[in-house]
Amino acid sequence: MESYIYLDNAATTKMKPEVFAAMKPFFEEQYANPASAYGFAGKVNSFVDEARDEVADFLGAKSREIYFTGGGSESDNWALKGVAEANRKKGNHIITSKIEHHAILHTCEYLEENGWEVTYLDVDENGFVDLQQLEEAIRPETILISIMFANNEIGTIQPVKEIGRIAHEHNVLFHTDAVQAYGHVPIDVEELNIDLLSASGHKIYGPKGVGILYVRTGVKIHSFIHGGAQERGRRAGTSNVPGIVGFAKATKLAKEHMQEDGAKEEQLRDYFIAKVQEEIPFALLNGDPKRRLPNNISFCFQFIEGESLLMLLDQKKIYGSSGSACTSGSLDPSHVLLAIGRPHEIAHGSLRLTLSDETSKEELDVVAEELAQIVDRLRSMSPLYEDFMKKEKTA
Amino acid sequence: MSQVTEYSEKVMDHFTNPRNVGELEDASGVGTVGNAKCGDIMRMYLAIDEDGVVTEAKFKTFGCGAAVATSSMATELVKGKTVQEAMNVTNKAVMEALDGLPPVKVHCSLLAEEAIHAALWDYSQKSGVQIQGLKEPVADIDEIEH
Repeated sequence: MESYIYLDNAATTKMKPEVFAAMKPFFEEQYANPASAYGFAGKVNSFVDEARDEVADFLGAKSREIYFTGGGSESDNWALKGVAEANRKKGNHIITSKIEHHAILHTCEYLEENGWEVTYLDVDENGFVDLQQLEEAIRPETILISIMFANNEIGTIQPVKEIGRIAHEHNVLFHTDAVQAYGHVPIDVEELNIDLLSASGHKIYGPKGVGILYVRTGVKIHSFIHGGAQERGRRAGTSNVPGIVGFAKATKLAKEHMQEDGAKEEQLRDYFIAKVQEEIPFALLNGDPKRRLPNNISFCFQFIEGESLLMLLDQKKIYGSSGSACTSGSLDPSHVLLAIGRPHEIAHGSLRLTLSDETSKEELDVVAEELAQIVDRLRSMSPLYEDFMKKEKTA
Repeated sequence: MSQVTEYSEKVMDHFTNPRNVGELEDASGVGTVGNAKCGDIMRMYLAIDEDGVVTEAKFKTFGCGAAVATSSMATELVKGKTVQEAMNVTNKAVMEALDGLPPVKVHCSLLAEEAIHAALWDYSQKSGVQIQGLKEPVADIDEIEH
């Protein structure tokens, strides 16, 4: 394959060969349905149990609190709908934030259409929720607070522990969408006061189509997929054994390498951010400079549009992503960038680059150089830049 | 970003090597359409001689790949035409010349048509030349904050 620079690891990661190797036997020799009665199946089932232990250990949870699902979006849907339905007698109010993933926001909209009330908390210019606003939003009928661990676009890591503390002080459940954080930053559900947590396999060099929902013992939640007795009767469907084993293997690797990889990525991230800020004028960093995911870089480049930027990067075999409208099929730019206060025309010019453990300084140097040229080129053809420069001259 | 793979070769060509990028000093007509909120702004400059023929056309565009490509193609299509002929260059003609656009990008070709009209309107206002079927452009850009 031709050489390219892949910087879209928040979208998905390349699976580790070790993960693939761990999964392979479960497609070939160990293909039995773990729910079947014979010994062949029982052996497969023991690997599912082991996988659950591995994940539970990583989160500081009990094995019986880990449920395997079909991915992050399913986990988010289940957490919200399942808790909402099971706690309807207690209340019908949910609190979330304006910068959640669509798996949360669209689920909240669905719940609103069906009689629940949802408060969407603002965030500040760096993407943090305001803890005071959170506390004030809590009502007697509030049943759930769902705030993401770290944002997928701008990387901001929320004060999860404090959010959980506030939730518990008011006897409200706390769910966190940790799809971007799981395996990248340490998470202990006890220490951080988390009741429910969503994570996904393919963001941590694992397989697509598998995720988990952590549900603290005692949390009232309805089943999401009805059918067989899999996952303690709460999530029916024949166990995705290769996926589950792959998820656990990816978790194990994350446990072993997270600290070292995270430190390395953080260093590269800060190197690149400083370089861009030095070399490209009118580049605005999105998200908090420090309390952000180790692998997340997000900028808005004024006077240019994101899709054009991505297309020109693509021609240089550099793969990133943008929160511009043109990449989402709607006319509105990213809800996250608007929520942190970026005006529309600036939000349109966003670029997200997300590193992997294999990203090198050399690659980032190439990207920085190409990026500077591309931004320059797009500005030279931008009427917004033309107007701005003319204003500057006359000012 | 699925759209990139949906772009025709012609769109990609006009995006990668846009024709007639730039400004025209002392343009006979200048028109700006679109708004930054939607993520597309096109500005078209036309030089028109005393016979009413478009001798030069330039553009500047803030927008996606399709916005750049349609602007580029629109300038190509109006060059050498009389103002009346240029008036009749439709978004459909721009699209056809680009071998089509993905459905979500059709609005870019409409914007290109509007940009031509806006530039012609400006020319018409300045020169007093009447162009049949030309109306005052409705699209205007929102106040842009910096």
